[in-house]
Amino acid sequence: MSDELNINKKRKNQIKTKSSAASGRGETDIDYVRPAELPEQDLYHGHSFITKWIFCQDAKVIGVQYTLTAVFTGVVGLILSWMMRMQLGYPDLFPFLTAETYYQMVTMHGMIMVVYLLTALFLGGFGNYLIPLMVGARDMVFPYVNMISFWMFFVAVVVLMASFFVPGGPTGSGWTLYPPQAILEGTPGSGYGILLMLISLSLFVIGFTMGGLNYVITILQARTRGMSLMRMPLTIWGIFTATVLALLAFPALLVSSIMMTLDKVLETSFFMPTIIKAGEALSYDGGSPILFQHLFWFFGHPEVYIVALPAFGIVSDLISVHSRKNIFGYRMMVWAIVGIGALSFFVWAHHMYVSGMSPWFGFFFATTTLIIAVPTALKVYNWILTLWRGNIRINTVMLFCLGFIVTFVNGGITGIFLGNVAVDVPLSDTYFVIAHFHMVMGIAPLMVIFGAIYHWFPLVTGRFLDEKLGKLHFWITFLGAYSIYFPMHYLGFIGVPRRYFEMYDSPYMTSAVGMNEFISLAAFIVGAAQFIFFYNLVKSLRLGKPAGKNPWKANSLEWLTPDVPPTHGNWGEKLPVVHRWAYDYGVPGAKEDYIPQTTAPSEVKDAEVEKT
Amino acid sequence: MSDLNLDKLPGGFKGMSEDIGSDQTTFKGVNWGKAMMWIFLLSDTFVFSCFLVAYMKVRASVVEPWPYPSEVFALEMFGVPVPLLLIAIMTFVLITSSGTMALAVKYGYEKNRKMCGWFVLLTAIGGLTFVGMQAFEWSKLIFHDGVRPWGNPFGAEQFGAFFFMITGFHGTHVSIGVIFLFIFARKVFRGDFDTGRRGYFTTMKSDYVAIEILGLYWHFVDLVWVFIFAFFYLW
Repeated sequence: MSDELNINKKRKNQIKTKSSAASGRGETDIDYVRPAELPEQDLYHGHSFITKWIFCQDAKVIGVQYTLTAVFTGVVGLILSWMMRMQLGYPDLFPFLTAETYYQMVTMHGMIMVVYLLTALFLGGFGNYLIPLMVGARDMVFPYVNMISFWMFFVAVVVLMASFFVPGGPTGSGWTLYPPQAILEGTPGSGYGILLMLISLSLFVIGFTMGGLNYVITILQARTRGMSLMRMPLTIWGIFTATVLALLAFPALLVSSIMMTLDKVLETSFFMPTIIKAGEALSYDGGSPILFQHLFWFFGHPEVYIVALPAFGIVSDLISVHSRKNIFGYRMMVWAIVGIGALSFFVWAHHMYVSGMSPWFGFFFATTTLIIAVPTALKVYNWILTLWRGNIRINTVMLFCLGFIVTFVNGGITGIFLGNVAVDVPLSDTYFVIAHFHMVMGIAPLMVIFGAIYHWFPLVTGRFLDEKLGKLHFWITFLGAYSIYFPMHYLGFIGVPRRYFEMYDSPYMTSAVGMNEFISLAAFIVGAAQFIFFYNLVKSLRLGKPAGKNPWKANSLEWLTPDVPPTHGNWGEKLPVVHRWAYDYGVPGAKEDYIPQTTAPSEVKDAEVEKT
Repeated sequence: MSDLNLDKLPGGFKGMSEDIGSDQTTFKGVNWGKAMMWIFLLSDTFVFSCFLVAYMKVRASVVEPWPYPSEVFALEMFGVPVPLLLIAIMTFVLITSSGTMALAVKYGYEKNRKMCGWFVLLTAIGGLTFVGMQAFEWSKLIFHDGVRPWGNPFGAEQFGAFFFMITGFHGTHVSIGVIFLFIFARKVFRGDFDTGRRGYFTTMKSDYVAIEILGLYWHFVDLVWVFIFAFFYLW
C-alpha cells in the first residue's frame, strides 16, 4: 500500500512541475481562476402564485413539473402493464380484456414508458433540476423557452391521454406504429387513436427541442468560473450527450410522424404500398413501409441511449458519492459516453433483421452493434472498480445502484445475443426480446431513477426519504423485477411470441401457462410496491428527517448552495468558483474524506489530489 | 463579455483545444442566442435531410414513371412553354434576400439603426414575394394541372405528396422567418436594440446580435431551398 502511495506521489510531483513550467503563473497563486467572461444573468423573478409555481421560469420548478407529469404518465403505463399481465396470466378470465384492448394497452404502455416517462424524466426532470446547479449557473440560459418546453410536453401528454377517450380508443399498432397496419381499418384505434398519437409525438418533439437547446447551451456556454468540461460531474456529461442525441434523432420521428399523418389524413402513399382489400384496391399505391422502419429506428435506437446515457452518468455520481471514492477512470467514462452516443447512430437497423433487408446490411449493423458493447463494458468495469475497496454505505441509494449494475449487465448480455443476426432471427418477436429490453432500458434506468430520487430528494425538499420503506421498496422491486423478466428469457427460448393476446392450445403451452401466471403475480406485487414509494414521497415531504446542508457529504456544486433547498437564482450573491473535479473523496492527507469542488487548493495544501 | 479579450486568445487548432479545455464558455465570445440558433439549425438540418432522403428513397423505388420536372414546372410565356422560369425567379428573389439580410447584419453591428431597419424590411419583402410566388405555383399545380397529394395526371402519385410536403414545410419556415423579420424591423425602427428595451415575453434585453441570429436562420432557409431546388427541379 505504501509503495503505491509513493509512486502516486512521485507522479504527482512530476505533473506539478510540468504544469507550472508550462503556464508560468502557477507558482505565485495556486488558487488562480480565470476572471469571469460573462456578465451576470438577469432573471425574471416570479411574484405571484401563477408565475412562481405554474408558468414558472425557474429551471428547478420546471424540473419538478416535468418529473411529476412524467411520473403521472408512468403510473398510467404501470396500470396498463397490470392489465396486460391479467390477460396473459389468466386468459379469458376478464371479459373486458378483448384482443383489441390488449393491443391498445401494449401500444400505450410502450410509448408512455419510453418517451413520456423515461425521456421526459431524465432530460426534462433531472436535466432541468441539475444542469444549472451542477455547472454553477443561475438558471437555464433561456428560462422563458424552457417554460414553454414544459407546457408543450404537458399538452403532448394531454393529447396522448385524450386518445383513451376518443371513438375507437387509442392506437393498437404496437409502439413502433408500423405502417401499413397502423392506419388501416382493422387495427384498433386506426381512426382518431393513431392521429392523436402522431400529433402528441410531434408536440413532444417540438417541446423537447426547446428544452434540449437550453440544456446544451447552458452546459456549453454558461458554466461558472473554473468549471471546465472535464470537471463536470458525469451526470452532466450523460445528460448533455443524451440531449445532443435527442436533438439529432427526434427529427426522424417528427418527419415520420408528419408523413404518416398525411398518409392517414390526405391518403398520400409515403409508407403505403398497393393494398388489395376484399378484392378491391385501396387508394394507396407504391409507398415504402420499410422507409418508415428506417426513419423510426433512426430515432428509435438513439432513443435507447437517450434513456441510458443520463442513467449511466447519474449512477456514476451516486456510486462515487456513496462509496466515498473517486470515479474510476473519469476521462475514460466521459469518452465512453460520447463514443456510445456517436455509435448509436450507426446501429438502427439491428431492429430490422427480419424486415427483409439485404444480409450484407445485417452484417454491417451486427458489427457496429457489437462494437458498442466495448465502451459499455468499460463503463461497467469502471463502476465495479469504483466500488472496489471503497468505503461503501449500504443505503437505499447504493442498493439501487448495485441493482442497476446487475440488471444492466444482464440485459446487456442478452443484447449481445440479439445483436447477432443468426441468433436474432429465431429469437426475434419472442419474449426473449421483451425480457432483454425491459431489463436493459426498463428496469436498469428505473433503478437509477429511484436511486437518484432517494439521493436528491433531500436537496429538493430538505428532508430525507424514509430508509426502511426505501429498502423495502428496493428489495420488492429488484427481486420482483427479476421474477418477472428472468422467466421471460425461457419463454422466448421455447418460442412464445410477443404481442400475442393469447397462446391458446399450443404444444409449448404446458410449461408457459404456469410461468405466465407466476410472472403476472410478480408483476402485480412489483407494481403495488411502487405505491410504497409514492407513500414514502408524500410522507417524507412533511415528516421526513430534516437533511440539512450537504447530507451525503458530496462534492458537486448542487449541494453547496447558500440556501437549502436552493432558491431561484441558485447562488445568492456570488457565483461559486470551482477549483477541482467533483470526485475528491477519501483523498490522502485531507482532513475530511471529501473536498467540495469550491475548495481552493491553498485550503487543502497537504492533500494528495489528482490534477484535474 | 466583461473581462474577455478575444484578440488575446490563441487561434487555430491550439486555440480550439484551449477553448474546449477552458472553463465558463466553450465557444469564446459567442452569444447564447447565437449558439442556440446554430444547434437548432443542426437539428433542423436533420429534419430536412430526413425529408429529402425519404424522397430520394421513394423516388428510386417507385414503379410508376416519375413526372418530368421540366414539363410540369414549365410556365407558358407568349405561347411557348419555358421550363423552370418561375422557379428561377423565386430562387433569385430568395438568394437576393439573403444578401439584403447580410447587409442588415452589417448595419446592425455598425449600430446604424435606419439602414439596418430598411434592410430587414427589404429582406422581409423578399421573403414575402417568395411565399407569394410559391402560393401561385401551388395553385397552378393544384387548380390548373390537377396535381394532388394523393395523385396527379403525370405519373407516380408520390410526386405531388413529396412536393407539397417538402416545399410546404420549407414555405412554413420562410413564412415564420418573414413574420419575425417584420417584427424585428419594427423593433429596429423603434430603437429597441439601441436602448436595450426588454422583450415583452422573455424580459431579456434586446441587442443587435438578435439581427445576426435571425440572419443565421434566414441564410439556413435559403440554403435548404438550394437543395430542394436541386432535388425537385433539376433531378
